[in-house]
Amino acid sequence: MPSVMSGNEAIARGAWEAGIAVATGYPGTPSSEILENFATYPDIYAEWSVNEKVAVEAALGATEVGARALSTMKVVGLNVAADPVFNASYIGPRAGYVIVVADDPGRYSSQTEQDNRRMGPYAKIPVLEPSSSQECKDFVIFGIEFSERFHTPVLLRTTTRTSHSKGLVELGERRESPEPRSLIHEPRYSLLPGLTRTRHQEVEERMERIREYVNEAPVNRIEMGDPEVGIVATGAAYQYVREAFPQASVLKIGIPYPLPKRLVEEFRRKVRRLYVVEELDPFMEEQIRIMGVPIDGGAELLPRFNELDPALVAQRLSAAGVPGANPDLLNRPLAPVEGLPQRPPTFCPGCGHRGVFTVLSKMKLFVAGDIGCYTLGAMPPFNALHSDICMGAGVSSIHGVEKGLGEAAFDKKNRRVAVIGDSTFFHSGMTALLNIIWNRGSSVVIILDNSTTAMTGGQVTPALGRTLMGEEAPAVDIGAVCRAFGVPKVETVDAYNLAALELSLKAAFEAQEPTVIIAQAPCVLEYKVQGEPWVVEADKCIGCKRCLRVGCTALGLVTAAEAGRKKDLVTIDPALCIGCGVCAQMCRFDAIGPHVPAAKEA
Amino acid sequence: MASTSEAVATRTTNILLAGVGGQGVILASNLLSQVALEAGYDVKQSEVHGMAQRGGSVVSHFRFGQKVYSPLFTAGTADILLSFEPLEALRYAHWLRPEGKLIYNIVQVNPSTVASGLATYPADIQERIAAAFPRALSLNASAIAEQAGTVRAANLVLLGAVSLELPFSQEQWETVLRRELPPKILEVNLRAFALGKAAAEA
Repeated sequence: MPSVMSGNEAIARGAWEAGIAVATGYPGTPSSEILENFATYPDIYAEWSVNEKVAVEAALGATEVGARALSTMKVVGLNVAADPVFNASYIGPRAGYVIVVADDPGRYSSQTEQDNRRMGPYAKIPVLEPSSSQECKDFVIFGIEFSERFHTPVLLRTTTRTSHSKGLVELGERRESPEPRSLIHEPRYSLLPGLTRTRHQEVEERMERIREYVNEAPVNRIEMGDPEVGIVATGAAYQYVREAFPQASVLKIGIPYPLPKRLVEEFRRKVRRLYVVEELDPFMEEQIRIMGVPIDGGAELLPRFNELDPALVAQRLSAAGVPGANPDLLNRPLAPVEGLPQRPPTFCPGCGHRGVFTVLSKMKLFVAGDIGCYTLGAMPPFNALHSDICMGAGVSSIHGVEKGLGEAAFDKKNRRVAVIGDSTFFHSGMTALLNIIWNRGSSVVIILDNSTTAMTGGQVTPALGRTLMGEEAPAVDIGAVCRAFGVPKVETVDAYNLAALELSLKAAFEAQEPTVIIAQAPCVLEYKVQGEPWVVEADKCIGCKRCLRVGCTALGLVTAAEAGRKKDLVTIDPALCIGCGVCAQMCRFDAIGPHVPAAKEA
Repeated sequence: MASTSEAVATRTTNILLAGVGGQGVILASNLLSQVALEAGYDVKQSEVHGMAQRGGSVVSHFRFGQKVYSPLFTAGTADILLSFEPLEALRYAHWLRPEGKLIYNIVQVNPSTVASGLATYPADIQERIAAAFPRALSLNASAIAEQAGTVRAANLVLLGAVSLELPFSQEQWETVLRRELPPKILEVNLRAFALGKAAAEA
């Protein structure tokens, strides 16, 4: 009986079946579950590395002694890992190495929707793209064979819809690498130009052999149907094509780089009209055009941004005259209901970030941040995060802001701060902070320490004294790291204490020297923090709604009419409130407090 | 009720589950996948993770049939909309086929926009839903779950209610629930499922 698995669970299973011994990565949606799942298999080693660059370098070290390796990252994580990924192509790992990158068409949780299939021709490595959970598993196994056959790293590219969709998967057995582990001198791991003059040529020759091989690879195949219409498709888009044009002939591509030229030419001969359906960049289309194969329709028919879906494929191609569209997908649905309140994600009730962003908003500071739950500080009612570029960039860029402002850097109207999470601090905030000290900056940095990597699902960090595999490890002290860099003022503040936060910030701006404020509060979700809910005393509440500025979903408002009195009344939902007390600090009428036990009232 | 499960024989059935992060929408979808597999169908399921727990709007696409290709379907092709919250029911109502079935929990959860006073929760939401979807089934899944033993079993109440629309036997449901749910919460969830089913039958 097959199992229901997400693409990520299937990749983890595939890694185990493929004999992968070492897996590394950094959390990032939609890739995080791969490493979390792989870590539960027996007789393997898996770690969250400090960042994606370190992860790939560590994995390469494992391949150096003959261990099969896997690294995982999200779409923009590949940017961080790019240095060793490019060089891994020139190295040609000794043991199989698959790098999984999970792209995010539609930008459900990413800054860009860059099409990482383009890494293939750029780094000169083959790219695999699965269309289902079963293929997610099978392609890791195939990827290791491919990698070892040609001594090349292999990029396995998924998207949100393949990583986070679930489907049926048939399981298999583990196949260990026959190669014993040994630490010997592998000259290919040195890229010293003087010693490796011919390396680029070898890479090009390897690509030629791969270009020939992919014509026979079983993961590329022609699925003949009606020869009137032929569609080339890969990944999630293949499934949409199958829904949208059930009778069409399809060239199902499992290796979008390099495309199998002979197979494409054969398919062209077999069909009357040829179309290419792909999300984001016209990546396969460009290769097909360079081959000199004529196309009847491609990128011009579909949007180049956001994800595709079966109805979009059916409607756009049908409008361009392609016959055979599934009529069910050509129906226009009802229009969505207008004017409904939005339900964006927000800080959990009791989250330690809430108080910080309430203060930043009140003080009208310019805030440079980056990625994590704290990015939600950009949303109403806080509107207190003004720049978010990439991991660690809040700290680096706030320094650039200071240098760019020049003499105006200390004007009151230019008061500014960087915010960064604890995990992000380790990822790429440390180097940015060091840059501030070394290059004579005066920036104020708030490290939002909730003792976890929260937004991606609560992964461990170097500060927690524990690894991904649950083993004890030294716990790194964030404040000590900052002091070691020479930050003159490092202080720890209770993230729930609004007055203390405000005082610390004011003092930091007065001092005009680099300051780190560690705002501490463990993640309420991860650590299941729960206290007695607080209550609003109706006779003290005058309905000023000042407390609502903290934007907590445990708070509600009853209008004067509904409450049967002169003023609106704020309410607290006891099912949601965990008693953090942040809203109470906003109240000037002492109307919010812990619940007073009945016995005391009597 | 019958028309929805008849569709199974001829084409893939699409169920959109909608709710608020933290309500167990994805868990419910996972259970549906397991039951459909138990009943011998091909299944696909798709959702967007990460933002879910932060009180945001959550949807899951659940599909079953003889052979299912795409893990996601599109607006206007949902056979069933199972919503854990009324505002989300209205937000995704246009995903239903004209003959599609809406089942939803009437307990309201304020979004952050309402909690911070920037928006108002529609006061007449149930009337609006009933006007657009006369065949809709509304239930107080939280109250029914309380009867079963805990408000946190509301998702199982909703699964019980939707089970009447699906070609999976009681036996298949029980096999899966017994296998998938932790022993400590199994009995209360089985009761919640049964109460949800009874409420839908009434």
